[in-house]
Amino acid sequence: MAKKAPEIEEYKYGFRDKDVSIFRTERGLTRRVVEEISKMKEEPQWMLDYRLKALEHFYERPMPQWGGDLSGLDFDEIVYYVKPSEKQGRTWDEVPAEIKQTFDKLGIPEAEQKYLAGVSAQYESEVVYHSLKEDLENLGIIFKDTDSALKEHEELFKEYFGTVIPYSDNKFSALNSAVWSGGSFIYVPKGVKTNTPLQAYFRINSENMGQFERTLIIVDEGASVHYVEGCTAPVYTTNSLHSAVVEIIVKKDGYCRYTTIQNWANNVYNLVTKRAVCDANATMEWIDGNIGSKLTMKYPAIILKGEGARGNTISIAIAGKGQVQDAGAKMHHLAPNTSSTIVSKSFSKQGGNVTYRGLVHFGRKADGARANIECDTLILDNESMSDTIPYNEILNDNISLEHEAKVSKVSEEQLFYLMSRGLTEEEATEMIVMGFIEPFTKELPMEYAVEMNRLIKFEMEGSIG
Amino acid sequence: MAGSTLEIKNLHVSIEGKEILKGVDLTVKGGEFHAIMGPNGTGKSTLASAIMGHPKYEVTEGSILLDGEDVLEMEVDERARAGLFLAMQYPSEISGVTTSDFLRSAINARREEGDEIPLMKFIKGLDSDLDFLEIDKSMATRYLNEGFSGGEKKRNEILQLMQLKPEIAILDEIDSGLDIDALKVVSKGINKMRSEDFGCLIITHYQRLLNYITPDFVHVMMQGRVVKSGGPELAQRLEAEGYDWIKEELGIEDETVEQNA
Repeated sequence: MAKKAPEIEEYKYGFRDKDVSIFRTERGLTRRVVEEISKMKEEPQWMLDYRLKALEHFYERPMPQWGGDLSGLDFDEIVYYVKPSEKQGRTWDEVPAEIKQTFDKLGIPEAEQKYLAGVSAQYESEVVYHSLKEDLENLGIIFKDTDSALKEHEELFKEYFGTVIPYSDNKFSALNSAVWSGGSFIYVPKGVKTNTPLQAYFRINSENMGQFERTLIIVDEGASVHYVEGCTAPVYTTNSLHSAVVEIIVKKDGYCRYTTIQNWANNVYNLVTKRAVCDANATMEWIDGNIGSKLTMKYPAIILKGEGARGNTISIAIAGKGQVQDAGAKMHHLAPNTSSTIVSKSFSKQGGNVTYRGLVHFGRKADGARANIECDTLILDNESMSDTIPYNEILNDNISLEHEAKVSKVSEEQLFYLMSRGLTEEEATEMIVMGFIEPFTKELPMEYAVEMNRLIKFEMEGSIG
Repeated sequence: MAGSTLEIKNLHVSIEGKEILKGVDLTVKGGEFHAIMGPNGTGKSTLASAIMGHPKYEVTEGSILLDGEDVLEMEVDERARAGLFLAMQYPSEISGVTTSDFLRSAINARREEGDEIPLMKFIKGLDSDLDFLEIDKSMATRYLNEGFSGGEKKRNEILQLMQLKPEIAILDEIDSGLDIDALKVVSKGINKMRSEDFGCLIITHYQRLLNYITPDFVHVMMQGRVVKSGGPELAQRLEAEGYDWIKEELGIEDETVEQNA
């Protein structure tokens, strides 16, 4: 079936606006840079102290020697803080035209009109646009960018910040703790449930600029929230670094779902630490989609520390030419009758490399705990690679663990079948791929599912030849 | 004359270097139902797959024309859009793709961009065909062929036939594995297609199916060739007497193409 492969197109959202930043730190990471960031933000002393301690730890900590190749990452070449505009826009009208234009290209205002209850759109390091609908405010839900939350809800902030992921957790959590900027802060009070997803968009738009957002979500007893973020980043010739930290606390009987689609340009190092802690009968769900980037290392974790707590992670990873996705999930069963499921779907094409790396831990107290792991990989051609590296740690006999792993290729028979109904080879392959990741897409809010399908279509272009 | 014409001339087909079809001649016109019968391993399914363009089957000689157009020059999907359809003996399972989404894409693949089938029209048509084939409505939202029973897969193939309305359909052992009730329903679907605009090539090795679908022409395949053709009475004689008399008549010892190809 000879067909000319279309040229690999430029990264879809790879447009680049003129730099409108009014302040940026010098390149490289020094004590002075961290002090400057903290000063710019008019932070309390304890936060500066925390940042500096984290910085020390970052210096001391060696680079991880597992997962992907980080040797191309030069910490001295990165700008750690860029403030894009003077003040935070509260309404859409106040947002500077150039930044708005970028958002326009991403379709954000439209999405907001239709679906958003509150928008927290991060442009470069600072949140420039942040609105919260009245009904959420009336419910007592706090949904702010993390910098504002530190100013306006300092006590609440201080109580939880760094409790799930201490700066000393790993080298990149130390880095984030030292230079964090932006991100979302959500507090949902006791018993408050909201069905409307809270949404935020992120975008890196400055060459060599790291994005170190810090997200903290607290779901109080019996409360429920769904947070959604989507990311796109423009193309640059030198490496960019995205290293976020997301901490989530779900209290007794609470529910939290965190949905991410990340579509990074293929020069971005995406090194993210995400972790949630669940009290008794609480539920945490990570819906995690990883597309693009040069290297992604990301393993959303859930600590099931209360009896009957539940954790679900559904993820997809897509690796194309020159891309490495080292992604997976971690579940820590620390209490009786906790349960977890991991569904990982990944596919690689044009020489891409996907690895599922996961950990399921059953502690001594995890009587009656159950875990179910399902990893499926689809390989689209002979140059692409996939690997599955599951770790299980079991310290209790009374548990159940199921693991299913499957690697498949798009079969000649499937293609023949679909093409015999009139679909082109490209359409047929796309349909098989879409079907493969359907367990993920069906969990997405409507407009994200649409965007996801569009991205997959785009990703699939040029894959057949 | 209405409908399309499929002309197969001196078709030779090999799989992995082994010749299975050794010169098949056959013409199917709109309005005609042809049955191809014959024992196992004589090349019937190879003929079906080769017409549709399965990549494993290599045409080494001969031609296939659809209304004068060279089918062998077309990709599989182009053959489908030109009006050919193959109901498969073993349809593939496509996980995550619902039967209805798949059908809508397949219907739209035959239509111009901007002229996609309106959603309501599609749903109405699908519902009515599901009813006609006595298929539970839930099939529309189930993943294509995944977890389907043998009978459900065959019904689904006929559902696709009715939905896609090709000019010429090839049905490869659509009756295999069907109980009598399912066989009746499947036949009902095929008979409903009968019109001046629709030609059909029915491949079977049981006469049973032909009790419900009356062919206009019956062909017997042995050793990779059509060795005998006739009307519906030929099928009846095969049912009553088996294939031995044909072998005797033509002096054939072993009817298969080497071992069970």
